[in-house]
Amino acid sequence: MVVIAALAVLAVDLLVMRHEPIRYRFLFGAAISCLGCFAAMFWLLNIDQQAHALNGMLVLDPLTRFIKAALLLLTVFTVLISIEANFTKHIGEYFALILLATVGMMFLVSSEEILMIFISLELTSLSLYILAAFNKQNINSAEAALKYFLFGGMAAAFTLFGLSLIYGLSGATNLHQISAALKGHGLDPSLLAGLVMTIIGFGFKIAAVPFHLWAPDAYQGAPTPSAAFIASGSKVASFFVFAKVMMLGFAGVEGSAFWRNLAPGWVPVLAILAAFSMALGNLAAIAQSNVKRLLAYSAIAHAGYALLGIITHSSQGISSLVYYMVTYALTALGAFGVVAVVERRAGDAKLSDFAGFGQREPWLAFCMMIFMLSLAGIPPLAGFFGKFYLFAVAVGTDRTNLGLLWLVIFAIAMSAVSLYYYLQVLKQIYVVPVPVSAPISEEAFPGPAITRAAIGLLALGVVVLGCAPDLLLGRLLAAIHGAGL
Amino acid sequence: MLAWTVYSSFIGMVILMLLNPANQRAARIIALLTAVTGFVIAAAGFAQHEATSGIVTIAKFSWVKSLGIDYHLAADGISVTLVLLTGIAAVVGILFSWNIEHRVNQFFAFYLALIGGVYGVFLSFDLFLLFVFYELAIIPKYFIIAIWGSTNKEYGAMKLALYSFIGSAMVLVGLVAAYVVAGAGTTNLLVLATYPFPESFQYWAFPLVFIGFAILAGLWPFHTWAPTGHVAAPTAASMLLAGVVMKLGAYGALRVAMTLFPLGLKAWQSELGLLAVIGILYGAMVALVQKDFKFVIGYSSVSHMGFVLLGLLTLNEIGLSGAVLQMFSHGIIASLLFAVVGRMVYDRTHTRELGVLQRMDLTRAIPFASVTFVVGSMASMGLPGFSGFVAELQVLIGAWHAFPGFALLAGLGIVIGVAYTLRALQQSFFSETERTAAGKQADPLEPISVPERIGGTVLIASTLIVGLCPRLLLDLIVPSFRSPLFEALRRGGGF
Repeated sequence: MVVIAALAVLAVDLLVMRHEPIRYRFLFGAAISCLGCFAAMFWLLNIDQQAHALNGMLVLDPLTRFIKAALLLLTVFTVLISIEANFTKHIGEYFALILLATVGMMFLVSSEEILMIFISLELTSLSLYILAAFNKQNINSAEAALKYFLFGGMAAAFTLFGLSLIYGLSGATNLHQISAALKGHGLDPSLLAGLVMTIIGFGFKIAAVPFHLWAPDAYQGAPTPSAAFIASGSKVASFFVFAKVMMLGFAGVEGSAFWRNLAPGWVPVLAILAAFSMALGNLAAIAQSNVKRLLAYSAIAHAGYALLGIITHSSQGISSLVYYMVTYALTALGAFGVVAVVERRAGDAKLSDFAGFGQREPWLAFCMMIFMLSLAGIPPLAGFFGKFYLFAVAVGTDRTNLGLLWLVIFAIAMSAVSLYYYLQVLKQIYVVPVPVSAPISEEAFPGPAITRAAIGLLALGVVVLGCAPDLLLGRLLAAIHGAGL
Repeated sequence: MLAWTVYSSFIGMVILMLLNPANQRAARIIALLTAVTGFVIAAAGFAQHEATSGIVTIAKFSWVKSLGIDYHLAADGISVTLVLLTGIAAVVGILFSWNIEHRVNQFFAFYLALIGGVYGVFLSFDLFLLFVFYELAIIPKYFIIAIWGSTNKEYGAMKLALYSFIGSAMVLVGLVAAYVVAGAGTTNLLVLATYPFPESFQYWAFPLVFIGFAILAGLWPFHTWAPTGHVAAPTAASMLLAGVVMKLGAYGALRVAMTLFPLGLKAWQSELGLLAVIGILYGAMVALVQKDFKFVIGYSSVSHMGFVLLGLLTLNEIGLSGAVLQMFSHGIIASLLFAVVGRMVYDRTHTRELGVLQRMDLTRAIPFASVTFVVGSMASMGLPGFSGFVAELQVLIGAWHAFPGFALLAGLGIVIGVAYTLRALQQSFFSETERTAAGKQADPLEPISVPERIGGTVLIASTLIVGLCPRLLLDLIVPSFRSPLFEALRRGGGF
């Protein structure tokens, strides 16, 4: 893993530049970070080998390469939207932490061994806790980080306990070996406890109901770029590894969530989590007046949709999950980018702070429209195709009886609800006129050109991936095929 | 070539978005040019289409390979008829919104996006693609109404958007299920229409998809978005809503729900027929007591669209082709009436209260509006010589074969239609008793402008031409029902 070296060097490099003006430090730090990410991406895409090292601690196959490239891309965009952020002076540390979290995520997705999964999960989480607390002037940031940390610590304890039970039962730490050892074991209480605790741990990471309580506060209080990173990169990695643990490690005890054909296992548990996440996320989002909170609840709802991909536990399910999460992450990142610009201008991200945004910033407003509509699932944007694919795959798991149709109907109904609150944001942007008493001077923070360009690129990506899903899907399917899943 | 109706609309939209907002004149001209281009292409496509051509593929290539989704545009007689209607309505709508002065380029950008989506729906022969265009049309409607509308605009806009979206969510469930059950790995409509879906599946899938689409066609009791939406919308949007958007719903019901699930249709035929008839009577009776001029037209739309749905459910050739003809005819007539009420009258008098209009002696003040409205009313009442007559007659004959009782009730609906139209006409334009009060009208109303005259004339001419020579359309519509797409429906309906 050359990546680690490249990233570690970065962290050291940045500490040298203490005395330069903030602006240059930001630019320089971002440049190095991006360069590192691109180098890693380039290296990743150019090696063509499959390897299992150290009893599955590190697995290198086309699928993990694909996810890692996507994670690096998300990191680059996170870095770009945090340029010239006004919440910190510790620029070197800030970028280093983002990169460290990325390293953690990359280890996370490429491991098939529960110990390694746990360690990299912790590496990611610890970096993210600090990132959430990065705004030292703002008490909310500290509160957000504390909440995130306490909940996260609990969840980590649950995960560890669950995994240790699993280890005790199976005597193995590799996911394949675990599932082999558990075969024919049945659902005895200790396995059940281990299973449930593992699900709790991961449920926290993906913010599924009822483990979502940290999300709204953390998203609202954390500096916006950090929240964006928590919502995008961290989500993609967690979902992927969650799917892997469930599908590979617990291959024998999935049970069934088919209508009138329920069987105990992890699938019905996840189906219930998914249904609750969709319901609570969408309904609670309606009542929000802060856009960051609204996005947090929408993230909970989207976690609910994405769980459908794991519930189907098939290679198609994986591909629809990854497609959905990657496009969702791009969209969420863009939306947070726009929120960051508004926040810097108005000091807060209330719905009313967006009033008249369409006239003041037609370009960013247009991007925001694309992000919001994609999240709502309006074609021809990426969010729509992602949903369609996810739903089609979920229904397709049981062609004869359409056993999962109930969940899909629920998901579609809930996404109809979601249009309401996304339109509320757009209504502020386009319909409500600029408030007369707007205290902010027009030129206060025009936002750096790079950030605008990055947001524009994200919007373009969302449109292109929606109009030509094959660009991503073709590669993804090839990668899954190559990984032999 | 017809595909360029879609592309040109979207190109026009992009140009308008990039245009300097201060340049209003250029925005109007670009929008008009785009719409005229679309209309010319549509008319050419219509002229080229012959009764024998069947389904003509315009563009087809693989879009998402792994899921079997094609980008497949094609046209049969029904498509070209409705594309022509869209072309006319688009041009006329722009002529009647010539006086918009607030964020002009954005208005027309949304307008053209909506038009492009509508063209796309009428030309799609791939389920996925059709659904994409169908949903694409929802969002521009919201913004057009919420930004440029009048009475209660944000409520009306949100209601319309949510109703549409809930309808399309129902459709999506049906589509995903149909795609999976057929298991052919394709969303091609022509392939799926030949697949014999199990009867138990059709039994629930059909009403889901049919009603999902029919919400947009104003099916009672899901029609409530229509009057509020029409009233809140700016004139051009009311014209488009009633003129073409409601047709999207009816078209989807015909093209998707009925072709895919003929057995389900058979099972639900009379229940849904009953809803359609209730819609006809209910819309007409509510229109009879409205005080707001625009609400009268709004509810009349619900009533007239009831005829379309009833025609579709007759399942015989005459009723079905009558339904398509009624889509065209109502599209023209409703545009005409909304143009008079919204643009010619409301923009000048700033009121739509029939009681207030009564005292204004509008016949003298704006004679052109009064003539146009008289002609529009005659067409709407279904007087011979206008398109509405032929269409509603066909629907009634078809309904007589399928369910005689409903045909009688629908006939009653026409009678009430005469009543509410005459009432509105009398109160707004020809109020004898208040003639003396006319002297008090201090400031004379602004005269009818040239774009309005052109637009009004185009619409009157269209309804007259179709009314006098319905074969122009019917010769293309009727053979379309003999294409392989409607094969299963024919066998099920026995025509």
